[in-house]
Amino acid sequence: MLLYIMQRLMQSIGVLLAVSVAVFLAVYAVGNPVDLLISPEATQAERQQMIARLGLDQPVWSQYLTFLWNALHGDLGTSFVHGQPALSLIVSRMPATFELVVCALLLASLIGIPIGLWVGLNDGSFGSRAVMTGSILGYSIPSFWKGMVLILVLAVWLNWLPASGRGETVPVLGIPLSFLTLDGLRHLTMPVINLAIPNIALMIRLTAAGASEAVHQDYVKFARAKGVRNQRIVRRHILRNILIPIVTVLGVEFGSLIAFSTITETVFAWPGMGKLLITSIYQLDRPVVVAYVLLVTFIFVMVNLLVDFTYAALDPRVKLTERMS
Amino acid sequence: MSDPAIIQPITDTPQRRAILRRLRRRPSVKGSLIALLIIVVTGLLLPSLALQNPYDLSSFSVMDSRLPPGAESFDGQVFLLGTDQQGRDMLSAILYGMRVSLMVGLISTAVALVIGICVGLTAAVLGGRIETLLMRIVDFILGFPTILVALVMLAMIGRGVDKVIFAIVVVQWANYARIMRSTALSERRKEYVEAAFNLGYSRPRVMFRHIMPNSLNAVLVVATVQIASAITLEATLSFLGVGVPVTEPSLGLLVASGFDYLMSGDYWISFYPGVALLLLIFSLNLVGDRLRTALDPKRS
Repeated sequence: MLLYIMQRLMQSIGVLLAVSVAVFLAVYAVGNPVDLLISPEATQAERQQMIARLGLDQPVWSQYLTFLWNALHGDLGTSFVHGQPALSLIVSRMPATFELVVCALLLASLIGIPIGLWVGLNDGSFGSRAVMTGSILGYSIPSFWKGMVLILVLAVWLNWLPASGRGETVPVLGIPLSFLTLDGLRHLTMPVINLAIPNIALMIRLTAAGASEAVHQDYVKFARAKGVRNQRIVRRHILRNILIPIVTVLGVEFGSLIAFSTITETVFAWPGMGKLLITSIYQLDRPVVVAYVLLVTFIFVMVNLLVDFTYAALDPRVKLTERMS
Repeated sequence: MSDPAIIQPITDTPQRRAILRRLRRRPSVKGSLIALLIIVVTGLLLPSLALQNPYDLSSFSVMDSRLPPGAESFDGQVFLLGTDQQGRDMLSAILYGMRVSLMVGLISTAVALVIGICVGLTAAVLGGRIETLLMRIVDFILGFPTILVALVMLAMIGRGVDKVIFAIVVVQWANYARIMRSTALSERRKEYVEAAFNLGYSRPRVMFRHIMPNSLNAVLVVATVQIASAITLEATLSFLGVGVPVTEPSLGLLVASGFDYLMSGDYWISFYPGVALLLLIFSLNLVGDRLRTALDPKRS
């Protein structure tokens, strides 16, 4: 187990290094880094100072090492627009994004897993086929357009929910959260639904596939032969066995929803990391873009690592020695 | 789908034909195929169908800006789906936008498919260090959400049709490479491959003339769904403002251009282009899903 953990850790560090090289090359090789990383409004003296500080007068490999050294010390550059360190700017937007993503995942599992279970147990019936086709529609709707239709119907026509912003927030341990106030909850509803819909479809399909396969397994047949009640079979035997892949996917989806929330945050003017990324791209605020990529990659790699360890701990059948090869 | 025939690998044409025939008869597939046919045909016949050319500034007038669906212009034209802020007929804009979306989706999928097939085949046939290296790259790319990689790439290199296609190819080829390698690996062990090698055929010949045709099924099924996701990706990138340029508005860009007018209730500028986009993506995904279930040996 320890060997496996070490090996996976080394792999993750490898991925992070590869991304840092890719980002470095993108910034330093595609254009002139002086233009990309130093604000166009800087004076000549400031430019010289920045060039010296970023080591832009050094050879490429030494520039990369400086870049890496600074990144490891949390120095990912300073935003041109806000004049603050890029990293702290992004970190200050993180709670909003995380709140959105966690709520969307919760909603997706609460709706998706029961429906998927029902579909899987009633495999082939008209209702289950209709739900499965509907789920294809669920992940086909382009996220940005779906958000706009939600705004059009619920905000413009019916005037039930606010169309943008985060509403009133309450600080919990210094982190501002929306879901504890009524106003915040009203602001949260539409973005969460928008972000959750493709994941509801995913959860339905995943649970249904697992359940319809599990019903034909021997352990279900034996339980039935033993006279175990149907409800108990579903809850104790089927659900428990199909929960492992679901938990894994939920973990992986956490990472990818952070990326996908960019679209939802743009449509609903939700003040999270994704909105910051898009604004920074418009304003050519490269240090923030670079910092975002490195930070999100880091989160991503950490989440995947965690998922793998949880998976290994949850499923006794996972032979770690096999996975290592 | 209880026919045991489909349990067999579908390398025989009669079987493959029978499956496709049965598939075509299903109403959902039939509907999707008809929708796709209409979309492609209108895309081809475009200039003669559209009321005006949205690229030609002289063919529309600001006098007609933001008219609701069904309204008439001051010189008597009827705008079935309304007009946008510049007075462009939405129906014409959608038809032209659909062509851009379809073109980007098809070209990027085709390029990614060719690269993916070559990489996957090479990895499977050569094996060893080259295989490990190629598959590490594939895992690396597939480890990140497509939207993030494409978004950041375009933020660095700027917008443009060619650049969007490039970004989509970068995020998609790895899918095909992974599937191609795994099917090619199992084909490689079969006797006909050994026979071909023993006959003294060159490696590329065996790769492309023998192994490839027999492992295409899985890759092509994925390709149907990947066209849909390429189109979605392009639309999303264009909506976010890093995709195609304003001079070549795709469906995603049309949706974005109507966003500012949504609050005042002028929904048609964003709404209808999105419906067209949804129709396109849903049809492709539906056909892809049915194709996958029909060709899947496990579901019989």
